[in-house]
Amino acid sequence: MTVLLLAAGAAYVAATWRCRSPWPLTRTAAWLAGLTAAGVAVAGPLGAHAGGHPDLHAHMAGHLLLGMVAPLLLVLAAPVTLALRALPQSAARRLSRLLRAAPARWLTDPLVAVPLHAAGLWLLYGTGLHDAGPLVWLHLLASGYLATASVLAVDPTPHRRGVAVRAGALAAGAAAHDVLAKVLYAHPPAGTVGAEEGARLVYDGGTVVTLVTAALLWRRWYLGRDAVRAAAQPV
Amino acid sequence: MSDGPARPAARRRLLVSGLLLGLGTAGAVDEIVFHQLLHWHHFYDRAGGAAGLVSDGLLHAGTFSAAVAGTALLADARRRGRFLPPLWWGALLTGAGAFQVWDGLVHHKLLRLHQVRYGVDLTGYDVGWVLPGVLLLVAGVVLLRRAGTAPVR
Repeated sequence: MTVLLLAAGAAYVAATWRCRSPWPLTRTAAWLAGLTAAGVAVAGPLGAHAGGHPDLHAHMAGHLLLGMVAPLLLVLAAPVTLALRALPQSAARRLSRLLRAAPARWLTDPLVAVPLHAAGLWLLYGTGLHDAGPLVWLHLLASGYLATASVLAVDPTPHRRGVAVRAGALAAGAAAHDVLAKVLYAHPPAGTVGAEEGARLVYDGGTVVTLVTAALLWRRWYLGRDAVRAAAQPV
Repeated sequence: MSDGPARPAARRRLLVSGLLLGLGTAGAVDEIVFHQLLHWHHFYDRAGGAAGLVSDGLLHAGTFSAAVAGTALLADARRRGRFLPPLWWGALLTGAGAFQVWDGLVHHKLLRLHQVRYGVDLTGYDVGWVLPGVLLLVAGVVLLRRAGTAPVR
């Protein structure tokens, strides 16, 4: 997993050099910060044990970093936009065709990506699979990324849903997250320690990350072309 | 603020903004004052069933999302130069009252998700919880009627 993260960092930085237009430094910083958050999570807390038992408190700190903070930072880095600008034209065209194809269209729809992410979380924590290692971690990062990307739509998406649908999907995803946290609080997975603290941490932390995401979503809407044009219309 | 009748779309935006911010504000006050500062409420007291947990999760996520959305819509409504105080305040109070009444009746009593306070006789607290909500709701609806808009269309 560490190798993957390093490779992703190197590829992004290399792409900014090849990019046909100047690339904002803040986006590069967001990408590297997102990868660092993911790296910190997998290096320690995600698989932490306390006294021979899986430690849910530490795990949830890792979950917040890997499944929520890292995806948000990575989405803000707009990697698809960078790829489209840095790749040779033929490859960029192939990529944009791929992004318009049916599977990508599905996965970038908030009404698909957000429920998929939420269902994945319920499955992982309901079955105890959350402790299973790198593949699960990769899933957490990827599905978190897709859900956040579908809501924020920083990168070009084939079918952009309206702001109300995206905000609603985000809220529904947060609700599923909250309910799951309280269920884990009430019924901790067998053999784990620190479930109560972990549930509270992931509940409160999830609220903060969702708030930030919602604020970014509405800010982008407020500053967006459509809303500005509508507001400028004479009454 | 410019004069003249507001367009229906602008009125609706203001109404929605007020309702959402009312919900969000009441939710935030509940969370900050009673959960965090006074510690009267509990994160989960294990008394409520699954329906309570789902309703609580929806309400929690819904209120803070509503606060953000309401703020953005208010900013947009003001940018359009149409701010109608009775309409917006009426909607705000209606939203806040609706939250308070729902929280007091459905969450505390029907689903028994958590109580206002523990280890004391609850009657006074429950009345003190729901009554202000009803008053807010009534004040909000009165203001909305005066603004010439029915609360529900």
